[in-house]
Amino acid sequence: MGYVLNRIALFPLVMLGVSVFVFVAIRLVPGDAITAMLGTEGGMLTPAQRETLTAYFGMDQNWFVQYGRWLAGLLQGDLGVSVTYGQPVLEIILDRFPLTLELAFLSMFIAIAIGLPVGIYAAINADRPSDLIVRVFAMIGQSTPNFVVALLAIYVLSVGFGVLPQMGRFVPFFDDPIGNLAQLILPAVALGTAFAAAVTRIARAAMLDVLSEDYVRTARSQGYSQSYVIWRHALPNALIPVVTLSGVEFGYLLGGAVIVEQIFALPGLGRVVLDAILQRDYALMQGVVLFIAFNFLVVNLLVDLAYAALDPRIRYGAK
Amino acid sequence: MQVFRALLRHQAGRLGLIVIGVFSLAAVLGLLGLTPHDPLAQDRLARLSPPNGTYLMGTDLFGRDIFSRLMVGVGQSFAVGLLSVGLATIVGTVLGLTAAWFGGLWDGVAMRSMDVLLSFPAILLALLIVAVMGPGLVTSVIAIGIVYTPIFTRVVRGPALSLKTRSFVDAARTFGSSRRYILTRHLLMNLIAPLTVQITLALAWALLTEAALSFLGLGTQPPHPSLGLMLSDSRNLMETAPWMLIFPAIVIMLAVLGFNLLGDALRDIFDPKSQERTP
Repeated sequence: MGYVLNRIALFPLVMLGVSVFVFVAIRLVPGDAITAMLGTEGGMLTPAQRETLTAYFGMDQNWFVQYGRWLAGLLQGDLGVSVTYGQPVLEIILDRFPLTLELAFLSMFIAIAIGLPVGIYAAINADRPSDLIVRVFAMIGQSTPNFVVALLAIYVLSVGFGVLPQMGRFVPFFDDPIGNLAQLILPAVALGTAFAAAVTRIARAAMLDVLSEDYVRTARSQGYSQSYVIWRHALPNALIPVVTLSGVEFGYLLGGAVIVEQIFALPGLGRVVLDAILQRDYALMQGVVLFIAFNFLVVNLLVDLAYAALDPRIRYGAK
Repeated sequence: MQVFRALLRHQAGRLGLIVIGVFSLAAVLGLLGLTPHDPLAQDRLARLSPPNGTYLMGTDLFGRDIFSRLMVGVGQSFAVGLLSVGLATIVGTVLGLTAAWFGGLWDGVAMRSMDVLLSFPAILLALLIVAVMGPGLVTSVIAIGIVYTPIFTRVVRGPALSLKTRSFVDAARTFGSSRRYILTRHLLMNLIAPLTVQITLALAWALLTEAALSFLGLGTQPPHPSLGLMLSDSRNLMETAPWMLIFPAIVIMLAVLGFNLLGDALRDIFDPKSQERTP
């Protein structure tokens, strides 16, 4: 159990490091919250007014005190208030997160639904023409940035079929499932393409590895059918790297798809990050970045735990 | 030289070499200003013209030659890619080697710091650094460099830890070799293979990240051309001027593909056991 416990014990330490990193990074951003809030009018403040505002934002204290206050607030779920939205940061995040979460699930579904069977098929037919075709497409898929897939998809749809992707107001799933899916399918495809290619490649490689193992050969020599050997012996072990890869990619997607969300005008976490940076909204930037890093760490921890559960060799501390 | 010959014999490696060779040539010519047209010159009579004899890949909204702009854009992307991956390689290798060698507190501090950096999705960390430093080319280099440093640290530290306990290192110590000599001559030399593979693959990611940053308007600043910016510009004009979308899209795909092919081929060559295994 050493490995798993070690990972869990490190989690708070790394999270603390992340909070310090974010805190310091945001304070290094040129300009301050007052200028950001008032814009050029900030220059018209009298020294006394400026002092009052500085004290109001707690910026008259040193960094240690500021960090302590911020951390204390964090632990009570207080991420501060966004200047541009005029709303608590946590509220904004929780408002945008469902879209990002749904998009991540859809992309992962597309990636696994395509990547897993295709990868296994290619491994079983290794070095035949069909395998070669799969490998070529997987390589191309992995080399295509998601925003290029997004733009090409929009182009093909609008020129070839005269359809434009549905942009504008976001339709939540529970209000109108069909409208919601119609809106998210293209972004999910854009995000899922490289993901699917990666799943294909790793499923193929893992399956090839497993198929050359002694126990698979033994099962075959005992006269079990090809499909029995594949389903019963090979697949469960080949799934381990697929689970790991999918988990890590899912963690990335939870961080919001900055560019794809922008292209399709979707109000997810990626948009918030970009807005916060462009508008110099410090509280928002700080909160969102921390929230994303937290999710990313949690997902990676879960992936590690799943990996340990699936592979007993890891669980017992052997590397 | 041996590796180069092996690459030529490797099917994917050969293809990767050709693609990267062609793009490197275009990049160098682009950076030297040896383009068919001035990439910033506006031909107002030939705005949005489709590909033709004068403008091989057509022109954009301002009548600027897309082919020339792509050459310069590829040059910029490659330059940012090489510099940032170079930065990540040097910093990551030094951190990984020293962490493995000295162990103890330094190892803990270095590796936990890398864990912190790895807690952010790559593009988010890059955006955060751009927010701190302000957009631009130098920022892109530093941001992408920092993003990929932890990967090199990890690639180096693991093997360095096991190399450290090997008998040839002990032997070198007994002979009185200096620490620096052992670190560079014995440890680093044995890490060249994994590092080369990682550098090639990191170049592919660096191109993607650079394109993403400039797509968002946070990398190369207009009017200077960059692949990301050109793609971003094509968004509202793709129906009237599809060449503004298609050519930059193909270029970025091929460039990334080239590095990916090379990286995979190098992995096969250095480590025949791990054929076709993705990290």
